[in-house]
Amino acid sequence: MDIYDILFWFLSVVAVGCALGVILSRNPINSVLFLILTFFAISGHYVLMNAQFLAIVNVIVYAGAIMVLFLFVIMLMNLNADVEPQKGHLVQFAGALSGGVLFLVLLAATKSAASVNIVKQSTDIGLITNLGKVLFTEYVLPFEISSVLFLSAMIGAIVIGKKEPHHPIEKEPS
Amino acid sequence: MNVNSTDYLVLSLLLFSIGIMGTLMRRNAIIIFMCIELMLNSVNLLLVSFSKEFGDVNAQLFVFFIMVVAAAEVAVGLAVIVMMYRKVHSVDINILNRLKH
Repeated sequence: MDIYDILFWFLSVVAVGCALGVILSRNPINSVLFLILTFFAISGHYVLMNAQFLAIVNVIVYAGAIMVLFLFVIMLMNLNADVEPQKGHLVQFAGALSGGVLFLVLLAATKSAASVNIVKQSTDIGLITNLGKVLFTEYVLPFEISSVLFLSAMIGAIVIGKKEPHHPIEKEPS
Repeated sequence: MNVNSTDYLVLSLLLFSIGIMGTLMRRNAIIIFMCIELMLNSVNLLLVSFSKEFGDVNAQLFVFFIMVVAAAEVAVGLAVIVMMYRKVHSVDINILNRLKH
């Protein structure tokens, strides 16, 4: 057991436990906070795997921007545990069972995957220098297209969220 | 004992299954949306572990683009949920069953 193993198991337990907290807690705000913790644990995994750039982007974009957006919407709607809709116990049990069965099926399907010791592969491809070189040479077209995607998503969100006019279109006289 | 690539495989499968469970178990539209984000993140984790295993840069760039698309998706999806809340004053997905009738 060296430090890598200890950190791996610690981060895995934190990630899975907080992911269970997301789906089991009744208060939506607690779910958001658990999900932020899960994202931090996944960022820790990225650091362990020498993907420093992705770890920072994960913290900034996911834990920073996206989850704050979720928290903002939940607080705007004033949701709490009292108004939280609950499914029946039978449906919840069926959902948990089907998720567990899916896990078992995927586990059995990937059981024969080659098991490579991942610590030994020391690479520095996760550094921003190497990623940037590939991003701006091979992937420059998808990069530009994603900026257009962002623009259209922004415009779409504004158009969807716009208030409807107070006076609806008058019916035509028959 | 060292960490193998299959350990990361099992971890991300577990996170993905938890996301599926949450999607099936909850009725709050925002929680379901968050579970979808959890599933996206488990796929990202698996891609990064493959990138480490094979020493390939492309997997990490795929993760980068998945994050970009997820950010755009969250913006539009939350706008849709806010609009739905404004119409029916609830985020319960069982109210949205008009196609059944």
